[in-house]
Amino acid sequence: MADSFSIPDEMSGRRKFLVAVTSVAGGIAGVAIATPFMMSMMPSERAKAAGAPVEVDISKLEPGMLLMVEWRGKVVWVLNRTPEMLDTLVKVEAELADPNSEKPQQPEYAQNRTRSIKPEILVTEGVCTHLGCSPVFRKEIAPADLGPDWLGGFFCPCHGSKFDLAGRVYKSVPAPTNMVVPPHVYLSDSRLLIGATSEGSV
Amino acid sequence: MNKIIEWIDKRFPLTSNWKAHLSEYYAPKNFNFWYFFGSLALLVLVNQILTGIFLTMNYKPDAGMAFASVEYIMRDVDYGWLIRYMHSTGASMFFVVVYLHMFRGMMYGSYQKPRELLWLVGMAIFLVLMSLAFTGYILPWGQMSYWGAQVIVSMFGAIPAIGESLQQWVLGDFTLSDVALNRFFAYHVVTLPLIMLVLVFAHILALHEVGSNNPDGIEIKANKNPKTGIPVDGIPFHPYYTVKDIVGVVVFLMVFCGIVFFAPEMGGYFLEYNNFIPANTLQTPDHIAPVWYFTPYYSMLRAVTVNFLWVDAKLWGVILMAASVVVFAFLPWLDRSPVKSIRYKGVYFKTALTLFVISFFVLGWLGTKSPTPLYTLLAQIFTVIYFAFFILMPWYSKIDKTKPEPKRVKE
Repeated sequence: MADSFSIPDEMSGRRKFLVAVTSVAGGIAGVAIATPFMMSMMPSERAKAAGAPVEVDISKLEPGMLLMVEWRGKVVWVLNRTPEMLDTLVKVEAELADPNSEKPQQPEYAQNRTRSIKPEILVTEGVCTHLGCSPVFRKEIAPADLGPDWLGGFFCPCHGSKFDLAGRVYKSVPAPTNMVVPPHVYLSDSRLLIGATSEGSV
Repeated sequence: MNKIIEWIDKRFPLTSNWKAHLSEYYAPKNFNFWYFFGSLALLVLVNQILTGIFLTMNYKPDAGMAFASVEYIMRDVDYGWLIRYMHSTGASMFFVVVYLHMFRGMMYGSYQKPRELLWLVGMAIFLVLMSLAFTGYILPWGQMSYWGAQVIVSMFGAIPAIGESLQQWVLGDFTLSDVALNRFFAYHVVTLPLIMLVLVFAHILALHEVGSNNPDGIEIKANKNPKTGIPVDGIPFHPYYTVKDIVGVVVFLMVFCGIVFFAPEMGGYFLEYNNFIPANTLQTPDHIAPVWYFTPYYSMLRAVTVNFLWVDAKLWGVILMAASVVVFAFLPWLDRSPVKSIRYKGVYFKTALTLFVISFFVLGWLGTKSPTPLYTLLAQIFTVIYFAFFILMPWYSKIDKTKPEPKRVKE
């Protein structure tokens, strides 16, 4: 039946080996050619360079006021907390998931109860650690929708996560961790630099 | 005319394909109205491609210009409003007909042997459709576009270890920006439609290989006329079902045009009010919810609020949401019933399917609401029912008391 051009049903050992080698070589070539295309989708040099620090003047920030600043395309909040607001930080601690800020969501110099350098000034990214929405600043005490135990804080409208006035997350909400405190430094009493730890460094 | 066809047939399989897929493709003669939705999905696909092409002629995929270019289409381009409303209404109607098409399959056991692969290709089409809807909704760059994309893309960040790098790769930036908008445009108009067309082609090829199921769930190929070899309960797709489908198309177009001309926003369900506000990267709208067709899965995403088994609530939510979509793909192997159609299945399956449909609607409704403690509890209860339908199926479909299937389809 078989003429000299037909391929036998059983492949010889040599042919099996050649098919395997050709397949592997083709596979490697496929991965190699896919690499530049996949890499082109990573953040570009321009995107990497866009992360410059921003300077904020906080001299007009009254106690109780929240300032929104844009840094690296994200919103950063600067909140001047009143003494009453600072008092709430102790009261809510039993209901928080990470009251001592043990997870690395802040620079070392902000790993304290107020999560800040100056006790009254909170600097934090206004980004929910759940899925990236920006929570709402709810400073009123015991509003109808948040219940009688609410002492002021941040509430995420997307999925209902709650944070206290130091950006610490409550227990039993979708968000897993406290909000991120970005690197920042005070250049003077009223000049705050966000995104760097000293003037000139990034 | 015959000479031209003869000329073509010697060079291209025109007549043979026409016969194989239309004039001599035998479909069961007992199709009811549930069988309209496959051809209607095809109609909507054509609508989306045609209107989409004309929208790209005026749309600008640039974070600074996108919102204004959509408003330009709506206000200044002749009939631009009509083309855009046909496209946006088409998106919602695509999900309406596909959900009904899938429900038909679940009722009549169309996923069962030998149609497992047909069902799986259909599931792949469903996933591509969801990706198309998501990437398309980002393009106007309104508040809902921006924050909806923010939430979905952040899900990649929930994956342990590689999450953050993966998220940057998806975004092409450290945050959601112009770069992401530009590439989502590329996915929406090139990548995903091409994949969709290939999959739809494969879906129809697979269907014509195994033949259509029917409301009685019996195989018409098992009973062929010995002389002709044609199934005795089969009729040629063309002209019988092409003509029947025209009736479905006319009714569908009446509904479709009613929406396009009188309620294109559908009370905020088809086009959300917050998306008429340009994207503001500093402020999330007070109330955000996805478009209606994603709300059942969205409810499940936020239903998990506790950490367990070393996995935090955030990742559980993402896993559950992905599972709620993918789980449909396992139906062919979860259903152990000896019969296909709900007509001959027992009370357990009928009850389970009813509870599943109820939970799908309740979860969908909850997904449009703000999360209060009561709503979260309801979402948790109905999430359990939703998954119970699938997970318990091997058990209840096996012990269910079924009726014997008839030999011939009912008239």
